[in-house]
Amino acid sequence: MSKKFEKPNMVPVPSHSIIPDRDIGKSPILECSHLGIDFGGLRAVDDFNLTIGRTEIAGLIGPNGAGKTTVFNLLTKVYQPTRGTILLDGIDTAGKSTIQINRMGIARTFQNIRLFSNLTVEDNVKIGLHNQETYSMLSGIFRLPKYWKKERVAHERALELLSIFDMQHMADMKAGSLPYGAQRRLEIVRALATNPSLLLLDEPAAGMNPSETAELMENIVKIRDMFQIAVLLIEHDMSLVMSICEGICVLNFGQVIAKGTAEEIQANPAVIEAYLGKKKEG
Amino acid sequence: MKNMKSSTKINFATYLGVVAAYIVITLLISNGVLGRKAAALLVPACCYVVMAVSLNLTVGILGELSLGHAGFMSVGAFAGIIAAMSLVEAVPFEPLRLGIAMVVGAVCAGIAGIIVGVPVLRLRGDYLAIVTLAFGEIIKDLINCLIVGHDSKGLHIIFNFKGLKTVDDLGLLDGGTVIIKGAQGATGTVTIASFTAGVILILITLFIVLNLVHSRSGRAIMAIRDNRIAAESVGINITKYKLMGFVTSAALAGAAGALYGLNYSSLQATKFNFNTSILVLVFVVLGGLGNIWGSIIAAVVLYVLPEALRSVADLRMLVYAIVLILVMLATNSPKLKGLLAKVIPHKKGDEVNE
Repeated sequence: MSKKFEKPNMVPVPSHSIIPDRDIGKSPILECSHLGIDFGGLRAVDDFNLTIGRTEIAGLIGPNGAGKTTVFNLLTKVYQPTRGTILLDGIDTAGKSTIQINRMGIARTFQNIRLFSNLTVEDNVKIGLHNQETYSMLSGIFRLPKYWKKERVAHERALELLSIFDMQHMADMKAGSLPYGAQRRLEIVRALATNPSLLLLDEPAAGMNPSETAELMENIVKIRDMFQIAVLLIEHDMSLVMSICEGICVLNFGQVIAKGTAEEIQANPAVIEAYLGKKKEG
Repeated sequence: MKNMKSSTKINFATYLGVVAAYIVITLLISNGVLGRKAAALLVPACCYVVMAVSLNLTVGILGELSLGHAGFMSVGAFAGIIAAMSLVEAVPFEPLRLGIAMVVGAVCAGIAGIIVGVPVLRLRGDYLAIVTLAFGEIIKDLINCLIVGHDSKGLHIIFNFKGLKTVDDLGLLDGGTVIIKGAQGATGTVTIASFTAGVILILITLFIVLNLVHSRSGRAIMAIRDNRIAAESVGINITKYKLMGFVTSAALAGAAGALYGLNYSSLQATKFNFNTSILVLVFVVLGGLGNIWGSIIAAVVLYVLPEALRSVADLRMLVYAIVLILVMLATNSPKLKGLLAKVIPHKKGDEVNE
């Protein structure tokens, strides 16, 4: 067993054991400008601009069908954008594939959970570590010393990462047999295992009860503090978004209708209109 | 570390099981309990076990349907025969010659796997099934056109596409041997395959497949099977790992083919037709997708059963079909599953829901 993972209580305690030191500069980690995509004649997302700081927790909200997940798919290059540019840490991501984007530092979770459900929890996290602890196929087959060394490191790191959510004891369970909330948490752990600098969470609290949601909120802040990464999350649970997001971006019909802090968003008439509809005149 | 050790333990149990079966069968043969007819089934049974385990790598672990596994066996068989027959004088020691032939068979089938896999495995969907189906048929026809001979100058190969050429066109020197005679296939092959070699090949196959599954590459392969989009999102190179699994599977089939080919003095390409591919697929499906032990048992039982039933020739296929149906019914019955769950110590992961 690995040593007990220490949970930091205060901001910011970068954990050397999990992730190497990260440069926490002032420049933004993500800059999207005039991002857009068309599906046939439909403008799913248009003129989307967003800047996220290096250790910022940002929220992306909007009514159903507003294009929030499409933005995630654009950022991770599941779709190639029709217009606009995405700069990740100042580097243009035009023409990169999903795999390259992950290696550049964006990790994500999915709205409809996508775990490797026939594999164990630990293996799921180890797959997240795929590009961190590398050895060749032949060292794997012939169990060369490199295999044992890297597998041991991967095993320890997997347990360390699982301990963020107190999931170490589930390591040998099948991912598909976990309760719903634990599956969502495992997806976050798997994403963290890829050593991202920007974490995209697609409805992390969906299907969770209020106490689980409260715990998740704490954990998202904890992850940010611990790894010194930026988090962009899509969420319908307004209490979560309003309490932990430092910046919020509201999307409606593929267009940004408001940006700002929680207070600003709550007071914005355009946002209220998008969510509740327009007051009848007269 | 617990996890890793338990997987190593299970692997060792598997190897031990195979070795134990080998010892028992060898004893039975030396005591004369197993007749010559039964002993003649041993090498092909070993080949089919390797075929089933290797196809399980493609179908069960990689999650891609392949309908042309016999095609790779065919490539391996004829490549192995050519290698073994040309080395009769150069390498008089038979086990070594057999080993070389199996390596040559594996390499040639692996190359065929790359040729088929590179364009097809980039696509999503069931294209691999369609292309491997065609591959199996094409290979059969190509080998039917092949005329190969060997003499002191080396190998002579003719592709007889128009059907006009004969063995005489090879221009062999005196003392040369014809190895493959077009549609008549390989004839006059010196049979050097042995049961021991078959068991060693099974052990090597198990070693490669089991260790691969429990390594980084194997996890990547299974991740692609379980969820391609998620695998991409954590930075796994889909095409690379699909190809890795598929080519490994093809190469192992090639080695099995070489062993199979060197077990018979005469062999035609039509032996490795679509039916053979489906037969191996049946072993894999009945043994359980992704279940290596299941593949071994299914291959042995389903290969030996029809041969054992030859005495009741008329009812043979009927009994075979009934056994297949019974196995399918049995493995789907909740009662039997409950019984098995009680007998076999349950795994931690399976308990929560199903």
